[in-house]
Amino acid sequence: MKRELICIVCPMGCHCSIEVDATAPKGYTFSGLTCKRGEDYAIKEITEPTRMLTSTIRIEGARLPRLPVRTSSAIPKERIYECMGMINALRVTGPVSMGQVLIKDLFGTGVNLIASRSL
Amino acid sequence: MMSMNTYEIIIVGGGPAGLAAAIEAHKGGSQKILVLERDRELGGILMQCIHNGFGLHIFREELTGPEYAERFIREMESLGIEYRLDTMVLELRDDRTVDIISSEHGFETLQAKAVVLAMGCRERARGAINIPGTRPAGIYSAGAAQRFVNMEGLMVGKRVVVLGSGDIGLIMARRMTLEGAKVLAVAEILPYSGGLTRNIVQCLDDYDIPLYLSHTITNIEGRDRVEGITIAKVDATRQPIPGTEIHYDCDTLLLSVGLIPENELSKSAGIRLDPVTGGPVVNECMETSVAGIFACGNVVQVHDLVDWVTEEARKAGHHAARFAQGQLKEGSPDLVTRAGHGIRYVVPHTIRVGNLEQEVDLMMRVTEPCKNKNLVVRHGETLVKKVRKVHLTPGEMESIKIPVEKLQGLSGELNVCLEEVAHEA
Ligand SMILES: Cc1cc2nc3c(=O)[nH]c(=O)nc-3n(C[C@H](O)[C@H](O)[C@H](O)COP(=O)(O)OP(=O)(O)OC[C@H]3O[C@@H](n4cnc5c(N)ncnc54)[C@H](O)[C@@H]3O)c2cc1C
Ligand code: SF4
Repeated sequence: MKRELICIVCPMGCHCSIEVDATAPKGYTFSGLTCKRGEDYAIKEITEPTRMLTSTIRIEGARLPRLPVRTSSAIPKERIYECMGMINALRVTGPVSMGQVLIKDLFGTGVNLIASRSL
Repeated sequence: MMSMNTYEIIIVGGGPAGLAAAIEAHKGGSQKILVLERDRELGGILMQCIHNGFGLHIFREELTGPEYAERFIREMESLGIEYRLDTMVLELRDDRTVDIISSEHGFETLQAKAVVLAMGCRERARGAINIPGTRPAGIYSAGAAQRFVNMEGLMVGKRVVVLGSGDIGLIMARRMTLEGAKVLAVAEILPYSGGLTRNIVQCLDDYDIPLYLSHTITNIEGRDRVEGITIAKVDATRQPIPGTEIHYDCDTLLLSVGLIPENELSKSAGIRLDPVTGGPVVNECMETSVAGIFACGNVVQVHDLVDWVTEEARKAGHHAARFAQGQLKEGSPDLVTRAGHGIRYVVPHTIRVGNLEQEVDLMMRVTEPCKNKNLVVRHGETLVKKVRKVHLTPGEMESIKIPVEKLQGLSGELNVCLEEVAHEA
């Protein structure tokens, strides 16, 4: 199956396509990519895409009603809505400090949900 | 002895520009520095930018806006630099006095040896662009919506159309989607997006939000609240083409139609503004047309990366400290920069070569997206610097560093322009 992608590794933003091809060196054939870094990106995007997730959670006993949070590194893309559900169910009480772990080891990935500021 | 109301350096605005300028002025030996911020906390616009993508150049890490700000706030506090919150600067004069007001101290006038302007920018409102139709509730600027959602926890709507494809609009399209809203479309009047490709992929494509280039809003319906929006394709003269209309039932319109430097104070002090950037005309030290008043960050030119705001602000803070200590060479500039073919503007506008310590960093934006060009700086016919660029777009600021040796003894104009790459024989 052929997939159309835009490489975002550098500002060139090459439009490309990638197709499974068992006979090719990396197992795929590419078109439209300008450099090798794009090939690795394209393979990752179609096999195991990941994204950083940033959002806010409810906080009590603080100057503001919302605390910004983020995943400590990228999580599998298909888990984003599930992770939003966990974030929306979460409530904390201040004070919280920047980098504090709010949920440990999301989905067994080793990635934590952390506070993006002190509040 | 300085009196109570006298400071060596006063900084207007406690966003990333003001914070970095204060820290750098302190490192430059200034003792009595004061940062004035009208908001309830330091950090500026960064406090509502909860997405990641800040700090790759300065910290070599990808941070969110609040994290980036907190690092500078901590550093400033650890240096013992004085700041005042909930304090609005009402007026600035060319003798470097400022009128301020706060609920704690009331009205005061302060005097500084040097002032650094770091007021940031504001969003263009709907009034600045003409959209036909009624004016019901449910129309927000993207930045205002960002503040409501991310800081106050208030959702602004359920079915949303976004006008303008700048980064803030793209970021908010994703944010509203994650919070449960349906973002129906992003319409952009230009044939290209001003946003980063990365944001188009990760904010729109990831969530199947369509981007309509060369489209604008032709009608807004609804009496009390937005009920529907019609968009249509535009021709080369930006006029809607009949028969291309798409209608959406929606309750919210977000406007992401550009930012303008916040320069009411600069005007009151008689500071010369550049009609293209909307910010002050500045020299190699980030000093405005009024001696001893410096400027940095979004008040000078709208930046897309906060890292460059920090760099520019460090420069302004450093030179403000030199000015306060009587170390800057005054006088008329040796060189004037000129935006030539393909270049929209160049900052700084003037250069006094004698004040350069190592190099001058020319910052600029191109007029249109293009590929494979030479970015060239010339003095008359003489080539001063040439950089090959594979990819150029108005959404990304470019910079060229020129070592001081190359400018020594020159006067007149420095012309920055795009030139074709000569074909190698
Ligand atoms: C919505 C948005 C999203 C962005 N996203 C990104 C991104 O993803 N990545 C990235 O690198 N960059 C991003 N940027 C750019 C970057 O954040 C800004 O360029 C940077 O914050 C500008 O810093 P600043 O200090 O010049 O202005 P600001 O952060 O706006 O700070 C100005 C401060 O001055 C204060 N002020 C103004 N007038 C007065 C007065 N009269 N008296 C007292 N105080 C005053 C204001 O309250 C404010 O706190 C974004 C910008 C915006 C607006
Ligand atoms: S393929 Fe290479 S040149 Fe093209 S966008 Fe990706 S990293 Fe940049």
